[in-house]
Amino acid sequence: MRKLGLSIATAALVAFGAGQASQEAAAASAAHPPQGDFGFTGFFGKFDRDAAQRGLQVYVGVCASCHGLDLIRYRELSGLGYSEEQIKAFAAQFEVTDGPNEDGDMFTRPGEPKDRFVNPYRNVQEAAAINGGKAPPDLSLIVKARAHGLGSIGANFLDMLQGGEFATGASYVSALLGTGYVEEPTLDDKKLCKPQPAGKSQEDWEAELNAWSLPPGTYFNKWFPGCAIGMPNPLYDDAVEYTDGTAATPEQMGQDVAEFLAWASEPSMEARKETGIAVLLFLAVFTGIMIAVKRQTWANVKH
Amino acid sequence: MSDHPAPNFKNPVIRWVDSRLPVFSYVHAEYGVFPMPKNLNYFWNFGALAMVVLVTMIVTGIILAMQYTPHVDHAFVSVERMMRDVNSGWLLRYIHMNGASMFFIVVYIHIFRGMYYGSYKAPRELLWILGVIILVLMMGTAFMGYVLPWGQMSFWGATVITNLFSAIPLVGDYIVTLLWGGFSVDNPTLNRFFALHYLLPFVIVGVVALHVVALHVTKSNNPDGIEPRGPQDTVPFHPYFTAKDTLGLAVFLMVFAFFVFFAPNYMGHPDNYIEADPLVTPAHIVPEWYFLPFYAILRSFVDGWWVHEIFFGWWATAKLAGVLAMFGSLIILALLPWLDTSKVRSCRYRPIYKWATILFLINFIVLGWVGGKPAEEPYVTIAQGTTMYYFFHFLILTPLIGWIERPKPLPASISEPVLKAGGGAQIAGATAAKMEKA
Repeated sequence: MRKLGLSIATAALVAFGAGQASQEAAAASAAHPPQGDFGFTGFFGKFDRDAAQRGLQVYVGVCASCHGLDLIRYRELSGLGYSEEQIKAFAAQFEVTDGPNEDGDMFTRPGEPKDRFVNPYRNVQEAAAINGGKAPPDLSLIVKARAHGLGSIGANFLDMLQGGEFATGASYVSALLGTGYVEEPTLDDKKLCKPQPAGKSQEDWEAELNAWSLPPGTYFNKWFPGCAIGMPNPLYDDAVEYTDGTAATPEQMGQDVAEFLAWASEPSMEARKETGIAVLLFLAVFTGIMIAVKRQTWANVKH
Repeated sequence: MSDHPAPNFKNPVIRWVDSRLPVFSYVHAEYGVFPMPKNLNYFWNFGALAMVVLVTMIVTGIILAMQYTPHVDHAFVSVERMMRDVNSGWLLRYIHMNGASMFFIVVYIHIFRGMYYGSYKAPRELLWILGVIILVLMMGTAFMGYVLPWGQMSFWGATVITNLFSAIPLVGDYIVTLLWGGFSVDNPTLNRFFALHYLLPFVIVGVVALHVVALHVTKSNNPDGIEPRGPQDTVPFHPYFTAKDTLGLAVFLMVFAFFVFFAPNYMGHPDNYIEADPLVTPAHIVPEWYFLPFYAILRSFVDGWWVHEIFFGWWATAKLAGVLAMFGSLIILALLPWLDTSKVRSCRYRPIYKWATILFLINFIVLGWVGGKPAEEPYVTIAQGTTMYYFFHFLILTPLIGWIERPKPLPASISEPVLKAGGGAQIAGATAAKMEKA
């Protein structure tokens, strides 16, 4: 048992090491921005209410003119610490299309807590038509959808053990908005979003990057895979006026909206972690009892 | 099924029922006094663990199905509704989602235990084959289950995998159309996958029942790979293995709970949080991790690879060769009882084959790792090398080592290494005993 266990552990280590090494070698995906500091990571992590509330301001003031948040209802904002009255007042700012009424007509009314966040467009086709052929993605799940992808089991192992959650996705959103946009990209900037293709020499790669220019209608963002993003830089100093007086720099707004969107992608995360602590504590005690039961049971057996 | 006489139940109701339908006698014979080798180590927990996961998957799956909408316009949103609006929906969904991964972890360890200790050898060949059938059914079920949330990876995974069947000569296109219920992965596909995903687990339950019946005829193998000589070599299932399996279950549930509560998305692909879009192809289409070793075998076959050219090139396309190799890699597992020419079961007494088996495990892990990499160098070469080794292990190494190897002397009985002093076997037994008590 011990020998076999050792062998398996060795095998796993070898494979794990191979996975780590390959992360260095694999140039298939663009560079990941440095991990930001978010309240929701770790085993006792909770969403940072203040940051998320500021993030809601950024979403409403900036993002919501092009991006929907279709999966969230206004009433869910209670999870961010808003009172029922605040939510009612907040929802009422928005005009919701409802109906048909008794005459068969659609009508508009002020939003209510039960409504979903109002989408800036009537439908996907309109969203695409207005935005150069491609609809801006819905942001409800964007943080989970942008957490590291391919081959992440080996690369994110330590992060996973520390309860890293979807912080990689939030870091991406934060960095993309806060620090990603560069007016005059350097070679190093380009290297981040256009990684060295397999089998291409360093010189060829750099020459290709130097010769590369932005396609029309796109903007340079060093954290966006492929560098050319269709969204113009949405954040500038004081794009929103924070009610709590925090200075609204692009970095701050990027960080705040990432925290808000992390909450939006899984509002049940806090309940999950709280339940998890209780479950693990129970199982630890249960395991302890079972160790005693098992030893007692087998005490008289020579084996 | 057992030679044990029915126990004399004191409770008159139980006696009344048992004399008409002997369920209590059955449980008593098969899980009460059932003789188990007393030298089993903790690797023998994994069958019971797999059973627990299967039941968990069915229970959570049925409840999830009450909230799920199998329609391309609503599937994705209905899953997110569970996460947000259904009471404890997030818990059910994450248990089910991670339960699939746990099922494969447990079953892969269970299979490897069988390979290491020779549990597939006579008289347990049918038991082993039933196990391989369960594995294949699990793979089908998991694949179709992954399609249901209708994310990008669901859609494109389904497209890639169902397209494989088009490689079959003559009837391939017909089969693909039948799978799709049309001419692309669309609403009919989602509907039939949902129906089959609900059906197949009950087929698995049926085969598991046969697997358990076969086990209770041949009884458990053990780390020494020798049959018990008598009562001194065995202990009754209850209380010895009810206690030991429950301890194993408690530890396993901690691992399971860790993933469900603290890393529920770790083993999933982030692209599946984007709703399926037939017009946007993801940069890399990768299946779930538990399919990656087989996916690597599938992708190894490309035009120009010498193995392909020699064995398949003159009669099959690279695509067909890959499909055949992938299914072949599972069929070959079922043939293992006849490919292994050694009379000795346990690798404990097989100094060469022991290392071959461990190398096979490492190779399998590397296959899984490379299966998740893009189809470019050096990964293609690594995938091809490990694919060759997979088949080399079964077709060449396993029969060959069986012929040339000189196994270590087997103990006369399961009790002997424990009771007698001296000799290498004694040390192995003592180590095992120490582990059990740790």
